[in-house]
Amino acid sequence: MTILVLAEHDNVSLKTDTAKVVSAAAAIGGDIHILVAGVDCSAAVTAAQHLAGVSKVLVADATQYGAQLAENVSKLVVEIAADYEHILAAATSIGKDTLPRVAALLDVSQISEVIEVVSSDTFVRPIYAGNALSTVQSLDAKKVMTVRSSAFDAVATTGNAEVVNLSQAIDARTEFVSQSLTESARPELGNAGIIVSGGRGMGSGENFAILEQLADKLGAAVGASRAAVDAGFVPNDLQVGQTGKIVAPDLYIAVGISGAIQHLAGMKDSKVIVAINKDPEAPIFQVADYGLVADLFEAIPALNNLL
Amino acid sequence: MKILVPVKRVVDANVKVRVKADNTSVDTTNLKMALNPFCEIAVEEAVRLKESGVATEVIVVSVGAKAVQEQLRTAMALGADRAIHIETDEELVPLSIAKLLKAVQEKEQAQLIIFGKQSIDGDNNQTGQMLAALTDMPQATFASEVKVDGDMITVTREIDGGLQTLKMPLPAIVTVDLRLNEPRYASLPNIMKAKRKPLDIMTVADLGVSLKTHQTVISVTPPVERKAGIMVSSVEALVDKLKNEAKVI
Repeated sequence: MTILVLAEHDNVSLKTDTAKVVSAAAAIGGDIHILVAGVDCSAAVTAAQHLAGVSKVLVADATQYGAQLAENVSKLVVEIAADYEHILAAATSIGKDTLPRVAALLDVSQISEVIEVVSSDTFVRPIYAGNALSTVQSLDAKKVMTVRSSAFDAVATTGNAEVVNLSQAIDARTEFVSQSLTESARPELGNAGIIVSGGRGMGSGENFAILEQLADKLGAAVGASRAAVDAGFVPNDLQVGQTGKIVAPDLYIAVGISGAIQHLAGMKDSKVIVAINKDPEAPIFQVADYGLVADLFEAIPALNNLL
Repeated sequence: MKILVPVKRVVDANVKVRVKADNTSVDTTNLKMALNPFCEIAVEEAVRLKESGVATEVIVVSVGAKAVQEQLRTAMALGADRAIHIETDEELVPLSIAKLLKAVQEKEQAQLIIFGKQSIDGDNNQTGQMLAALTDMPQATFASEVKVDGDMITVTREIDGGLQTLKMPLPAIVTVDLRLNEPRYASLPNIMKAKRKPLDIMTVADLGVSLKTHQTVISVTPPVERKAGIMVSSVEALVDKLKNEAKVI
Protein backbone atom coordinates (compact mmCIF):
# COMPACT_ATOMS: atom_id res chain seq x y z
CA MET A 1 0.00 0.00 0.00
CA THR A 2 1.53 3.32 -1.05
CA ILE A 3 0.27 6.76 -0.06
CA LEU A 4 0.79 9.98 -2.00
CA VAL A 5 0.84 13.28 -0.10
CA LEU A 6 0.52 16.51 -2.08
CA ALA A 7 3.02 18.94 -0.52
CA GLU A 8 1.77 22.28 0.81
CA HIS A 9 4.45 24.82 -0.06
CA ASP A 10 5.09 28.23 -1.59
CA ASN A 11 8.05 27.09 -3.75
CA VAL A 12 10.46 28.57 -1.20
CA SER A 13 9.44 26.72 1.92
CA LEU A 14 7.51 23.62 2.86
CA LYS A 15 4.56 24.38 5.15
CA THR A 16 4.20 22.53 8.47
CA ASP A 17 0.82 21.28 7.16
CA THR A 18 2.74 18.77 5.03
CA ALA A 19 4.46 17.26 8.08
CA LYS A 20 1.05 16.94 9.72
CA VAL A 21 -0.53 15.27 6.68
CA VAL A 22 2.42 12.83 6.59
CA SER A 23 1.50 12.02 10.18
CA ALA A 24 -2.05 11.17 9.03
CA ALA A 25 -0.54 9.06 6.23
CA ALA A 26 1.60 7.22 8.79
CA ALA A 27 -1.57 6.45 10.76
CA ILE A 28 -3.03 4.81 7.62
CA GLY A 29 0.20 2.84 7.25
CA GLY A 30 2.27 2.08 4.18
CA ASP A 31 4.99 3.55 2.02
CA ILE A 32 4.69 7.37 1.88
CA HIS A 33 5.62 9.48 -1.15
CA ILE A 34 5.35 13.28 -1.39
CA LEU A 35 4.62 15.19 -4.58
CA VAL A 36 6.08 18.69 -4.78
CA ALA A 37 4.57 20.51 -7.77
CA GLY A 38 5.92 24.02 -8.25
CA VAL A 39 8.64 26.06 -9.88
CA ASP A 40 12.18 26.54 -8.55
CA CYS A 41 10.99 24.63 -5.52
CA SER A 42 14.23 22.87 -4.55
CA ALA A 43 14.19 24.27 -1.00
CA ALA A 44 10.71 22.80 -0.44
CA VAL A 45 11.92 19.50 -1.93
CA THR A 46 14.88 19.34 0.48
CA ALA A 47 12.57 19.98 3.43
CA ALA A 48 10.18 17.26 2.18
CA GLN A 49 13.06 14.76 1.96
CA HIS A 50 13.67 15.22 5.68
CA LEU A 51 10.16 14.32 6.83
CA ALA A 52 10.24 11.12 8.83
CA GLY A 53 8.55 8.15 7.19
CA VAL A 54 8.71 9.49 3.64
CA SER A 55 10.56 7.22 1.20
CA LYS A 56 10.29 9.20 -2.02
CA VAL A 57 9.82 12.83 -3.03
CA LEU A 58 8.40 13.27 -6.52
CA VAL A 59 9.29 16.64 -8.01
CA ALA A 60 7.39 18.37 -10.82
CA ASP A 61 9.39 21.57 -11.23
CA ALA A 62 8.02 23.58 -14.16
CA THR A 63 6.75 27.11 -14.81
CA GLN A 64 3.29 25.60 -15.43
CA TYR A 65 3.07 24.68 -11.74
CA GLY A 66 4.33 28.00 -10.38
CA ALA A 67 0.94 29.11 -9.08
CA GLN A 68 -0.15 25.55 -8.16
CA LEU A 69 -3.38 25.81 -10.12
CA ALA A 70 -5.99 23.11 -9.57
CA GLU A 71 -6.62 22.78 -13.29
CA ASN A 72 -3.25 21.28 -14.25
CA VAL A 73 -1.90 20.03 -10.91
CA SER A 74 -4.96 17.76 -10.66
CA LYS A 75 -4.11 16.27 -14.07
CA LEU A 76 -0.51 15.74 -12.96
CA VAL A 77 -1.67 13.86 -9.85
CA VAL A 78 -4.01 11.72 -11.95
CA GLU A 79 -1.15 10.82 -14.31
CA ILE A 80 0.81 9.27 -11.44
CA ALA A 81 -2.21 8.02 -9.46
CA ALA A 82 -1.99 4.40 -10.66
CA ASP A 83 0.77 3.72 -8.11
CA TYR A 84 -1.27 4.86 -5.11
CA GLU A 85 -4.12 3.63 -3.01
CA HIS A 86 -4.42 6.83 -0.95
CA ILE A 87 -3.99 10.43 -2.09
CA LEU A 88 -3.85 13.05 0.67
CA ALA A 89 -3.50 16.81 0.89
CA ALA A 90 -3.91 19.33 3.66
CA ALA A 91 -7.34 20.98 3.83
CA THR A 92 -5.79 24.34 2.92
CA SER A 93 -6.93 26.67 0.16
CA ILE A 94 -4.67 24.78 -2.28
CA GLY A 95 -5.65 21.28 -1.12
CA LYS A 96 -9.36 22.09 -1.10
CA ASP A 97 -9.08 23.62 -4.57
CA THR A 98 -7.15 20.74 -6.14
CA LEU A 99 -8.12 17.44 -4.55
CA PRO A 100 -11.84 17.28 -5.46
CA ARG A 101 -10.72 17.67 -9.09
CA VAL A 102 -8.35 14.74 -8.65
CA ALA A 103 -11.11 12.62 -7.07
CA ALA A 104 -13.61 13.39 -9.85
CA LEU A 105 -11.08 12.55 -12.56
CA LEU A 106 -10.43 9.22 -10.82
CA ASP A 107 -14.21 8.66 -10.44
CA VAL A 108 -13.95 8.33 -6.66
CA SER A 109 -15.52 10.23 -3.81
CA GLN A 110 -13.44 12.58 -1.67
CA ILE A 111 -13.41 12.54 2.11
CA SER A 112 -12.95 16.13 3.30
CA GLU A 113 -11.22 17.46 6.42
CA VAL A 114 -10.30 14.14 8.01
CA ILE A 115 -9.54 14.56 11.72
CA GLU A 116 -8.95 10.91 12.64
CA VAL A 117 -7.80 7.78 10.86
CA VAL A 118 -9.77 4.75 12.12
CA SER A 119 -8.37 2.28 9.58
CA SER A 120 -7.02 2.36 6.03
CA ASP A 121 -10.54 2.90 4.65
CA THR A 122 -12.43 4.49 7.56
CA PHE A 123 -12.06 8.07 8.67
CA VAL A 124 -13.69 10.61 10.98
CA ARG A 125 -14.64 14.05 9.70
CA PRO A 126 -16.64 16.92 11.15
CA ILE A 127 -19.97 17.90 9.59
CA TYR A 128 -22.34 20.80 10.43
CA ALA A 129 -19.37 23.01 11.40
CA GLY A 130 -18.12 20.47 13.91
CA ASN A 131 -21.49 20.02 15.63
CA ALA A 132 -21.37 16.35 14.63
CA LEU A 133 -18.64 13.90 13.72
CA SER A 134 -19.21 11.48 10.87
CA THR A 135 -17.31 8.19 10.64
CA VAL A 136 -17.15 7.28 6.97
CA GLN A 137 -15.99 4.11 5.28
CA SER A 138 -14.79 4.55 1.72
CA LEU A 139 -15.83 1.88 -0.76
CA ASP A 140 -13.68 3.29 -3.55
CA ALA A 141 -10.51 1.58 -4.76
CA LYS A 142 -8.59 4.82 -4.22
CA LYS A 143 -9.10 6.99 -1.16
CA VAL A 144 -8.76 10.68 -1.90
CA MET A 145 -8.91 12.87 1.18
CA THR A 146 -8.07 16.26 2.59
CA VAL A 147 -6.71 16.30 6.12
CA ARG A 148 -7.38 18.93 8.76
CA SER A 149 -3.77 19.47 9.75
CA SER A 150 -4.58 20.93 13.19
CA ALA A 151 -5.83 17.45 14.20
CA PHE A 152 -2.43 15.78 13.64
CA ASP A 153 1.04 16.34 15.10
CA ALA A 154 3.86 17.05 12.67
CA VAL A 155 6.27 14.18 12.02
CA ALA A 156 9.94 14.63 12.90
CA THR A 157 12.50 15.86 10.38
CA THR A 158 14.82 12.89 10.61
CA GLY A 159 14.12 11.38 7.20
CA ASN A 160 16.23 11.17 4.08
CA ALA A 161 13.96 10.37 1.15
CA GLU A 162 15.04 9.72 -2.41
CA VAL A 163 14.18 12.39 -5.04
CA VAL A 164 12.52 11.43 -8.33
CA ASN A 165 12.02 14.05 -11.00
CA LEU A 166 8.82 14.02 -13.06
CA SER A 167 8.99 15.33 -16.60
CA GLN A 168 5.28 16.06 -17.23
CA ALA A 169 4.66 19.77 -17.72
CA ILE A 170 0.92 20.16 -18.20
CA ASP A 171 -0.54 23.47 -19.37
CA ALA A 172 -3.53 25.25 -17.81
CA ARG A 173 -5.92 27.70 -19.42
CA THR A 174 -6.12 29.45 -16.07
CA GLU A 175 -3.72 32.37 -15.88
CA PHE A 176 -2.20 33.61 -12.63
CA VAL A 177 -2.58 37.42 -12.45
CA SER A 178 -1.45 38.47 -8.98
CA GLN A 179 -1.34 37.60 -5.33
CA SER A 180 -1.24 39.73 -2.20
CA LEU A 181 -0.32 38.01 1.03
CA THR A 182 -0.48 39.63 4.42
CA GLU A 183 3.13 40.20 5.48
CA SER A 184 3.70 39.41 9.11
CA ALA A 185 6.66 38.57 11.31
CA ARG A 186 4.30 36.65 13.58
CA PRO A 187 3.65 32.92 13.17
CA GLU A 188 0.90 31.77 10.81
CA LEU A 189 -2.48 31.14 12.42
CA GLY A 190 -2.56 27.51 11.33
CA ASN A 191 0.80 26.67 12.91
CA ALA A 192 1.01 28.98 15.92
CA GLY A 193 1.43 27.49 19.38
CA ILE A 194 -0.36 30.47 20.90
CA ILE A 195 -3.09 32.60 19.33
CA VAL A 196 -4.43 35.89 20.65
CA SER A 197 -7.80 36.70 19.05
CA GLY A 198 -9.92 39.83 19.21
CA GLY A 199 -13.64 40.24 18.65
CA ARG A 200 -16.18 43.00 18.26
CA GLY A 201 -15.32 44.13 21.79
CA MET A 202 -12.02 45.51 20.45
CA GLY A 203 -14.05 48.45 19.14
CA SER A 204 -11.72 49.36 16.25
CA GLY A 205 -8.84 48.20 14.10
CA GLU A 206 -6.47 50.59 15.90
CA ASN A 207 -7.27 48.92 19.21
CA PHE A 208 -5.84 45.65 17.87
CA ALA A 209 -2.42 47.21 18.58
CA ILE A 210 -2.65 46.14 22.24
CA LEU A 211 -3.38 42.57 21.14
CA GLU A 212 -0.44 42.65 18.75
CA GLN A 213 1.76 43.77 21.63
CA LEU A 214 0.52 40.84 23.69
CA ALA A 215 1.04 38.47 20.75
CA ASP A 216 4.63 39.64 20.33
CA LYS A 217 5.37 39.08 24.01
CA LEU A 218 4.04 35.52 23.74
CA GLY A 219 5.41 34.75 20.27
CA ALA A 220 1.78 34.31 19.26
CA ALA A 221 -0.28 34.76 16.10
CA VAL A 222 -3.13 37.29 16.01
CA GLY A 223 -6.60 36.12 15.08
CA ALA A 224 -10.08 37.60 15.03
CA SER A 225 -13.73 36.62 15.16
CA ARG A 226 -16.00 37.01 12.16
CA ALA A 227 -17.70 39.93 13.92
CA ALA A 228 -14.38 41.80 14.05
CA VAL A 229 -13.73 41.02 10.37
CA ASP A 230 -17.24 42.04 9.31
CA ALA A 231 -16.87 45.29 11.28
CA GLY A 232 -13.79 46.01 9.17
CA PHE A 233 -11.31 46.00 12.09
CA VAL A 234 -8.96 43.46 10.48
CA PRO A 235 -8.65 41.60 7.16
CA ASN A 236 -10.48 38.32 6.58
CA ASP A 237 -7.38 36.14 6.57
CA LEU A 238 -7.17 36.63 10.35
CA GLN A 239 -10.59 35.10 10.84
CA VAL A 240 -10.87 32.08 13.12
CA GLY A 241 -14.13 30.15 12.83
CA GLN A 242 -16.36 28.03 10.70
CA THR A 243 -15.93 30.35 7.73
CA GLY A 244 -12.31 31.17 8.50
CA LYS A 245 -9.37 29.19 9.86
CA ILE A 246 -9.84 26.13 12.06
CA VAL A 247 -7.09 26.21 14.68
CA ALA A 248 -5.99 24.09 17.64
CA PRO A 249 -3.07 25.85 19.37
CA ASP A 250 -1.72 25.02 22.84
CA LEU A 251 -3.12 28.31 24.12
CA TYR A 252 -5.97 30.37 22.67
CA ILE A 253 -6.70 33.74 24.24
CA ALA A 254 -10.11 35.13 23.20
CA VAL A 255 -10.40 38.83 23.92
CA GLY A 256 -13.70 40.69 23.58
CA ILE A 257 -15.19 37.68 21.76
CA SER A 258 -18.70 36.65 22.78
CA GLY A 259 -18.32 33.08 21.52
CA ALA A 260 -20.80 32.62 18.67
CA ILE A 261 -21.17 28.99 17.49
CA GLN A 262 -19.43 29.92 14.27
CA HIS A 263 -16.35 31.11 16.19
CA LEU A 264 -16.31 28.17 18.60
CA ALA A 265 -16.30 25.81 15.59
CA GLY A 266 -12.91 27.22 14.68
CA MET A 267 -11.10 27.09 18.02
CA LYS A 268 -12.76 24.69 20.46
CA ASP A 269 -10.07 22.04 19.93
CA SER A 270 -7.41 24.36 21.39
CA LYS A 271 -5.64 22.75 24.34
CA VAL A 272 -6.10 25.67 26.76
CA ILE A 273 -8.64 28.43 26.19
CA VAL A 274 -8.60 31.77 28.01
CA ALA A 275 -11.53 34.17 27.68
CA ILE A 276 -11.42 37.82 28.64
CA ASN A 277 -14.76 39.56 28.31
CA LYS A 278 -16.63 42.18 30.30
CA ASP A 279 -19.94 40.34 29.91
CA PRO A 280 -20.08 37.50 32.48
CA GLU A 281 -22.88 35.88 30.45
CA ALA A 282 -20.80 35.60 27.25
CA PRO A 283 -21.01 32.02 25.87
CA ILE A 284 -17.23 31.95 25.39
CA PHE A 285 -16.88 31.34 29.15
CA GLN A 286 -18.65 27.98 28.71
CA VAL A 287 -15.72 26.60 26.74
CA ALA A 288 -12.89 28.50 28.45
CA ASP A 289 -10.48 26.82 30.86
CA TYR A 290 -9.78 30.19 32.44
CA GLY A 291 -12.26 33.04 32.32
CA LEU A 292 -11.68 36.62 33.39
CA VAL A 293 -14.56 39.07 33.54
CA ALA A 294 -12.85 42.39 32.91
CA ASP A 295 -12.65 45.41 30.65
CA LEU A 296 -10.16 44.32 28.02
CA PHE A 297 -8.72 47.84 27.77
CA GLU A 298 -7.55 47.47 31.37
CA ALA A 299 -6.83 43.73 31.41
CA ILE A 300 -4.68 43.50 28.28
CA PRO A 301 -2.28 46.36 29.18
CA ALA A 302 -2.02 44.84 32.68
CA LEU A 303 -1.25 41.46 31.10
CA ASN A 304 1.36 43.08 28.87
CA ASN A 305 3.04 44.56 31.93
CA LEU A 306 3.15 41.23 33.74
CA LEU A 307 4.66 39.20 30.91
CA MET B 1 -24.71 34.52 -21.66
CA LYS B 2 -26.42 31.87 -19.56
CA ILE B 3 -25.45 31.33 -15.93
CA LEU B 4 -26.19 28.09 -14.13
CA VAL B 5 -26.35 28.18 -10.32
CA PRO B 6 -26.57 24.83 -8.49
CA VAL B 7 -28.11 25.32 -5.03
CA LYS B 8 -28.77 23.20 -1.93
CA ARG B 9 -31.46 23.04 0.74
CA VAL B 10 -29.89 22.85 4.20
CA VAL B 11 -30.81 23.28 7.86
CA ASP B 12 -31.01 27.03 8.59
CA ALA B 13 -27.64 28.41 9.72
CA ASN B 14 -29.11 29.67 12.99
CA VAL B 15 -30.37 26.27 14.11
CA LYS B 16 -28.11 24.18 16.32
CA VAL B 17 -28.44 20.59 15.13
CA ARG B 18 -28.44 17.46 17.28
CA VAL B 19 -27.32 13.96 16.53
CA LYS B 20 -30.00 11.23 16.58
CA ALA B 21 -29.96 8.99 19.66
CA ASP B 22 -29.07 5.93 17.56
CA ASN B 23 -26.01 7.76 16.12
CA THR B 24 -27.04 7.20 12.51
CA SER B 25 -27.33 10.80 11.40
CA VAL B 26 -28.13 14.36 12.36
CA ASP B 27 -31.78 14.81 13.30
CA THR B 28 -33.33 17.23 10.80
CA THR B 29 -37.01 16.51 11.48
CA ASN B 30 -39.09 19.66 11.91
CA LEU B 31 -36.04 21.93 11.68
CA LYS B 32 -36.22 25.21 9.81
CA MET B 33 -34.70 24.72 6.37
CA ALA B 34 -33.15 27.35 4.11
CA LEU B 35 -31.15 28.02 0.99
CA ASN B 36 -27.50 27.27 1.84
CA PRO B 37 -25.96 30.70 2.65
CA PHE B 38 -23.08 30.27 0.17
CA CYS B 39 -25.59 29.28 -2.55
CA GLU B 40 -27.54 32.44 -1.77
CA ILE B 41 -24.40 34.49 -2.46
CA ALA B 42 -23.92 32.56 -5.73
CA VAL B 43 -27.51 33.34 -6.81
CA GLU B 44 -27.04 37.01 -5.89
CA GLU B 45 -23.85 37.26 -7.96
CA ALA B 46 -25.55 35.66 -10.99
CA VAL B 47 -28.52 38.01 -10.67
CA ARG B 48 -26.20 41.02 -10.43
CA LEU B 49 -24.40 39.88 -13.59
CA LYS B 50 -27.77 39.74 -15.30
CA GLU B 51 -28.78 43.17 -13.99
CA SER B 52 -25.52 44.66 -15.27
CA GLY B 53 -26.21 43.25 -18.73
CA VAL B 54 -23.43 40.62 -18.70
CA ALA B 55 -25.77 37.65 -18.41
CA THR B 56 -29.07 37.06 -20.20
CA GLU B 57 -30.50 34.20 -18.17
CA VAL B 58 -29.98 32.75 -14.69
CA ILE B 59 -30.98 29.11 -14.17
CA VAL B 60 -30.96 27.51 -10.72
CA VAL B 61 -30.76 23.77 -10.25
CA SER B 62 -31.07 21.58 -7.19
CA VAL B 63 -30.82 17.84 -6.53
CA GLY B 64 -32.96 16.31 -3.79
CA ALA B 65 -36.42 15.44 -2.54
CA LYS B 66 -39.54 17.39 -3.55
CA ALA B 67 -38.99 19.89 -0.76
CA VAL B 68 -35.99 21.47 -2.53
CA GLN B 69 -38.52 23.21 -4.78
CA GLU B 70 -39.09 25.59 -1.88
CA GLN B 71 -35.45 26.76 -2.13
CA LEU B 72 -35.65 26.89 -5.93
CA ARG B 73 -38.63 29.26 -5.55
CA THR B 74 -36.59 31.31 -3.07
CA ALA B 75 -33.76 31.55 -5.61
CA MET B 76 -36.25 32.65 -8.27
CA ALA B 77 -37.67 35.24 -5.87
CA LEU B 78 -34.11 36.59 -5.60
CA GLY B 79 -34.06 36.96 -9.39
CA ALA B 80 -33.26 33.64 -11.08
CA ASP B 81 -35.32 33.17 -14.26
CA ARG B 82 -36.12 29.48 -14.11
CA ALA B 83 -35.37 26.35 -12.13
CA ILE B 84 -34.56 22.68 -12.62
CA HIS B 85 -35.32 20.13 -9.94
CA ILE B 86 -33.56 16.78 -10.20
CA GLU B 87 -35.72 14.64 -7.99
CA THR B 88 -34.20 11.91 -5.80
CA ASP B 89 -34.76 10.77 -2.23
CA GLU B 90 -31.26 9.38 -1.97
CA GLU B 91 -28.44 11.11 -0.10
CA LEU B 92 -25.89 11.62 -2.84
CA VAL B 93 -22.17 12.33 -2.46
CA PRO B 94 -20.78 15.44 -4.19
CA LEU B 95 -19.35 13.35 -7.06
CA SER B 96 -22.82 11.99 -7.90
CA ILE B 97 -24.29 15.51 -7.73
CA ALA B 98 -21.52 16.71 -10.05
CA LYS B 99 -22.34 13.92 -12.54
CA LEU B 100 -26.01 14.97 -12.59
CA LEU B 101 -25.03 18.62 -13.01
CA LYS B 102 -22.77 17.64 -15.91
CA ALA B 103 -25.82 16.15 -17.66
CA VAL B 104 -27.73 19.40 -17.04
CA GLN B 105 -24.83 21.48 -18.33
CA GLU B 106 -24.67 19.39 -21.52
CA LYS B 107 -28.25 20.48 -22.24
CA GLU B 108 -28.00 24.06 -21.02
CA GLN B 109 -24.50 24.96 -22.27
CA ALA B 110 -24.09 27.72 -19.66
CA GLN B 111 -21.03 29.94 -20.08
CA LEU B 112 -20.61 30.39 -16.36
CA ILE B 113 -21.51 28.10 -13.48
CA ILE B 114 -21.52 29.69 -10.03
CA PHE B 115 -21.57 27.53 -6.87
CA GLY B 116 -21.43 28.26 -3.16
CA LYS B 117 -18.02 27.08 -1.98
CA GLN B 118 -19.59 24.52 0.36
CA SER B 119 -22.84 23.59 2.02
CA ILE B 120 -23.08 24.19 5.74
CA ASP B 121 -24.37 20.67 6.44
CA GLY B 122 -21.91 18.30 4.74
CA ASP B 123 -19.07 20.87 4.72
CA ASN B 124 -17.57 18.97 1.78
CA ASN B 125 -16.38 21.80 -0.44
CA GLN B 126 -16.17 19.54 -3.50
CA THR B 127 -19.06 19.80 -5.96
CA GLY B 128 -17.90 22.86 -7.94
CA GLN B 129 -14.36 21.56 -8.35
CA MET B 130 -15.69 18.11 -9.32
CA LEU B 131 -17.98 19.49 -12.01
CA ALA B 132 -15.02 21.52 -13.31
CA ALA B 133 -13.02 18.30 -13.60
CA LEU B 134 -15.84 16.33 -15.26
CA THR B 135 -16.46 19.09 -17.82
CA ASP B 136 -12.75 20.00 -18.11
CA MET B 137 -13.44 23.66 -17.36
CA PRO B 138 -11.06 26.05 -15.62
CA GLN B 139 -12.11 26.95 -12.09
CA ALA B 140 -11.78 29.72 -9.53
CA THR B 141 -12.78 28.70 -6.02
CA PHE B 142 -13.49 30.90 -2.96
CA ALA B 143 -14.25 34.03 -5.01
CA SER B 144 -14.42 37.44 -3.37
CA GLU B 145 -14.63 39.41 -6.64
CA VAL B 146 -15.83 38.40 -10.09
CA LYS B 147 -15.38 40.38 -13.31
CA VAL B 148 -16.55 39.15 -16.71
CA ASP B 149 -14.92 40.76 -19.74
CA GLY B 150 -16.05 39.34 -23.09
CA ASP B 151 -15.18 35.66 -23.08
CA MET B 152 -12.76 35.96 -20.15
CA ILE B 153 -13.41 36.04 -16.43
CA THR B 154 -11.16 37.51 -13.74
CA VAL B 155 -11.68 36.27 -10.22
CA THR B 156 -10.10 37.37 -6.94
CA ARG B 157 -9.94 34.45 -4.51
CA GLU B 158 -9.62 34.23 -0.75
CA ILE B 159 -6.62 32.01 -0.13
CA ASP B 160 -4.70 31.19 3.06
CA GLY B 161 -2.89 34.35 4.08
CA GLY B 162 -4.36 36.74 1.52
CA LEU B 163 -5.88 37.16 -1.92
CA GLN B 164 -5.07 35.76 -5.34
CA THR B 165 -6.33 36.89 -8.73
CA LEU B 166 -6.80 34.45 -11.62
CA LYS B 167 -7.99 34.99 -15.18
CA MET B 168 -9.48 32.30 -17.37
CA PRO B 169 -11.55 31.77 -20.52
CA LEU B 170 -15.27 30.97 -20.36
CA PRO B 171 -16.96 28.57 -19.92
CA ALA B 172 -15.67 28.39 -16.37
CA ILE B 173 -16.71 27.45 -12.87
CA VAL B 174 -16.63 29.83 -9.91
CA THR B 175 -17.30 28.92 -6.28
CA VAL B 176 -18.07 31.83 -3.99
CA ASP B 177 -16.88 32.82 -0.55
CA LEU B 178 -18.64 34.87 2.08
CA ARG B 179 -17.37 38.31 1.14
CA LEU B 180 -18.35 38.33 -2.53
CA ASN B 181 -21.62 40.19 -1.96
CA GLU B 182 -24.50 40.68 0.43
CA PRO B 183 -27.57 38.90 -0.87
CA ARG B 184 -30.76 40.94 -1.13
CA TYR B 185 -34.02 40.10 0.60
CA ALA B 186 -36.77 38.82 -1.64
CA SER B 187 -39.60 41.34 -1.91
CA LEU B 188 -43.21 40.18 -1.63
CA PRO B 189 -44.02 40.97 -5.29
CA ASN B 190 -40.93 39.00 -6.33
CA ILE B 191 -41.96 36.07 -4.13
CA MET B 192 -45.37 36.10 -5.84
CA LYS B 193 -43.75 36.40 -9.27
CA ALA B 194 -41.40 33.48 -8.51
CA LYS B 195 -44.39 31.17 -8.09
CA ARG B 196 -45.18 31.55 -11.77
CA LYS B 197 -41.63 31.12 -13.06
CA PRO B 198 -40.88 27.82 -14.88
CA LEU B 199 -39.68 24.90 -12.76
CA ASP B 200 -38.76 21.71 -14.64
CA ILE B 201 -38.72 18.43 -12.78
CA MET B 202 -36.59 15.53 -13.94
CA THR B 203 -35.31 12.28 -12.50
CA VAL B 204 -31.85 10.77 -12.38
CA ALA B 205 -33.03 8.29 -15.05
CA ASP B 206 -34.24 11.15 -17.30
CA LEU B 207 -30.70 12.48 -17.32
CA GLY B 208 -29.30 9.08 -18.25
CA VAL B 209 -26.73 9.15 -15.47
CA SER B 210 -25.77 5.98 -13.60
CA LEU B 211 -24.56 6.53 -10.08
CA LYS B 212 -22.46 4.39 -7.76
CA THR B 213 -22.28 4.01 -4.01
CA HIS B 214 -18.94 5.42 -2.90
CA GLN B 215 -19.09 5.38 0.86
CA THR B 216 -20.99 4.20 3.91
CA VAL B 217 -21.61 6.35 6.95
CA ILE B 218 -20.80 4.11 9.91
CA SER B 219 -21.87 6.51 12.62
CA VAL B 220 -22.63 10.13 13.36
CA THR B 221 -21.76 11.17 16.89
CA PRO B 222 -21.81 14.39 18.86
CA PRO B 223 -18.37 15.98 19.41
CA VAL B 224 -16.82 15.78 22.86
CA GLU B 225 -18.25 18.74 24.74
CA ARG B 226 -15.71 21.05 26.26
CA LYS B 227 -16.38 21.72 29.90
CA ALA B 228 -16.20 25.21 31.32
CA GLY B 229 -13.15 25.72 33.49
CA ILE B 230 -12.73 28.21 36.28
CA MET B 231 -13.13 31.96 36.58
CA VAL B 232 -10.13 33.91 37.78
CA SER B 233 -10.49 37.17 39.63
CA SER B 234 -7.54 39.14 38.31
CA VAL B 235 -4.93 39.40 35.59
CA GLU B 236 -2.30 38.32 38.14
CA ALA B 237 -4.27 35.17 38.97
CA LEU B 238 -4.63 34.42 35.25
CA VAL B 239 -0.89 34.71 34.60
CA ASP B 240 -0.22 32.50 37.62
CA LYS B 241 -2.60 29.80 36.35
CA LEU B 242 -1.15 29.89 32.83
CA LYS B 243 2.43 29.69 34.13
CA ASN B 244 2.06 27.21 36.98
CA GLU B 245 -1.08 25.16 36.33
CA ALA B 246 -1.54 24.96 32.55
CA LYS B 247 2.18 25.58 31.95
CA VAL B 248 1.52 27.10 28.53
CA ILE B 249 3.47 30.36 28.89
